[in-house]
Amino acid sequence: MSRLRKQTWRYDHPIYLAATGTAVGPLEGQGPLARHFDKVYGSLDCGEKDWINAERTLMRRAISFCLAKAGKQEGDIDLFIAGDLIDQSETSNFIARENRIPFLDMFGACSASMETLATAAQMVDSGVADNVLCAVSSHNATAERQFRYPTEYGGPLIPTQTFTVTGAGAAVVTKDPGKVRVKEATIGRVIDWGIDDPNNLGTAMAPAAADTIWTHFQDTGRSPADYDMIVTGDLSSVGSPILKQLLSEKGLDISNVHYDSGLMLYSPEQPVNAGGSGCACSAVVTYGYLFKKLAEGSLRRILVVATGALLKNTTTKQKDTIPCIAHGVVLESAKEGKEGT
Amino acid sequence: MLNEPKNYKENVKAFQPKIPYVRNCLKAFLFGGMICLIGQFIQTFYMHFFDYSRREAGDPTVATLILISALMTGFGVYDKIARFAGAGSIVPVTGFANSITSAAIEHRNEGVVLGIATNLFSLAGAVIVFGVVSAAILGIIRLFLEQVF
Repeated sequence: MSRLRKQTWRYDHPIYLAATGTAVGPLEGQGPLARHFDKVYGSLDCGEKDWINAERTLMRRAISFCLAKAGKQEGDIDLFIAGDLIDQSETSNFIARENRIPFLDMFGACSASMETLATAAQMVDSGVADNVLCAVSSHNATAERQFRYPTEYGGPLIPTQTFTVTGAGAAVVTKDPGKVRVKEATIGRVIDWGIDDPNNLGTAMAPAAADTIWTHFQDTGRSPADYDMIVTGDLSSVGSPILKQLLSEKGLDISNVHYDSGLMLYSPEQPVNAGGSGCACSAVVTYGYLFKKLAEGSLRRILVVATGALLKNTTTKQKDTIPCIAHGVVLESAKEGKEGT
Repeated sequence: MLNEPKNYKENVKAFQPKIPYVRNCLKAFLFGGMICLIGQFIQTFYMHFFDYSRREAGDPTVATLILISALMTGFGVYDKIARFAGAGSIVPVTGFANSITSAAIEHRNEGVVLGIATNLFSLAGAVIVFGVVSAAILGIIRLFLEQVF
């Protein structure tokens, strides 16, 4: 790996996404990207007796689709890197108990999707592993329980609040040539500009996303025109305009190429307030929809910036502000003649 | 300039969606009023058919509203109504029942004692604490006033 300035990793070897797998809940399955997911569950419980087990089922299914498409068994995988939103990364740890692959747990809140992918690619690049499986999951009801109220509690509708995505995404990272290449990663810094409202994470996270995107362009010397899409994780309809404003003040115009996973995943009529959020938000959009577009060559190069709010439900009650982070990964199409520089 | 970390919280307010206070108040008034109207029907029903006085009919009326609210919570309907009704469905006794029932459902898989019983009042506890404390304070004030006058 070579490092560009301080925060951006450029992998020395060609690193590929061998395959991806996704599983989502009912609301995501009614959204505009529904046909790009491997499995859509018709009910929020995914056929399990409680929400916790439903989330495990989502991650388990995403992984099994991913491994099947990559033509690999669990025994072929050298390292499993996973993350989720529940305390002590419950879903990830309990899935690792089942598959018994050497395991690293990662918590980065909703940024875990790109945190695990960047690390997986680095592990392959450095040679400590040949095949790395990375996965993240989130579930609307487990997140509600973790961060807000009981699922059936009738709380008021807050327009800045986001809606946690029910789903899981998994990917196998390897050196074997594939259709989608993992090129670079920009590791974010924790940014806290004093927002203390847990119902307004888009506003809290926008400066972290801006910092990582700005740093990425400084480090690589590229411009937004070099990308077909810059996709943020879950800034929502509130945070997205703030991100564009923050960057345009610094002379960086991303408005033509910026998209937010939380807004791509649902249609405007769906009841998700400001948009989708959660680890699975950027993961299912990236591993489901964007992966296909890159593989078929209709997207050439994209930057996925997964944003995470590193709060606990007690820290905001204790009047502390919300630390946020964003990690970016550059994905390129490996299709003939279309590979970037 | 939005790029000033110290003033971000203040400057970013221009980017926040407007909260429709008037519309929210109106919806809360209508929905809250509707729940009270249903309560009135129930009270009249008990007075008419069970020979309760107006005062006596209050208790079974509240119990009936709590039962209806708990059932609606269990069937997954109450939170959907509440998303629309806002404070209109939180403030009446049905909101209190919803907070208890939803907590019970949520923690059911942790067992009856440490799950349901421990967490039952995790949301409603605040209502009980402030209810009891303010009743005690008002009681003392009333005691003094009665001594004086």
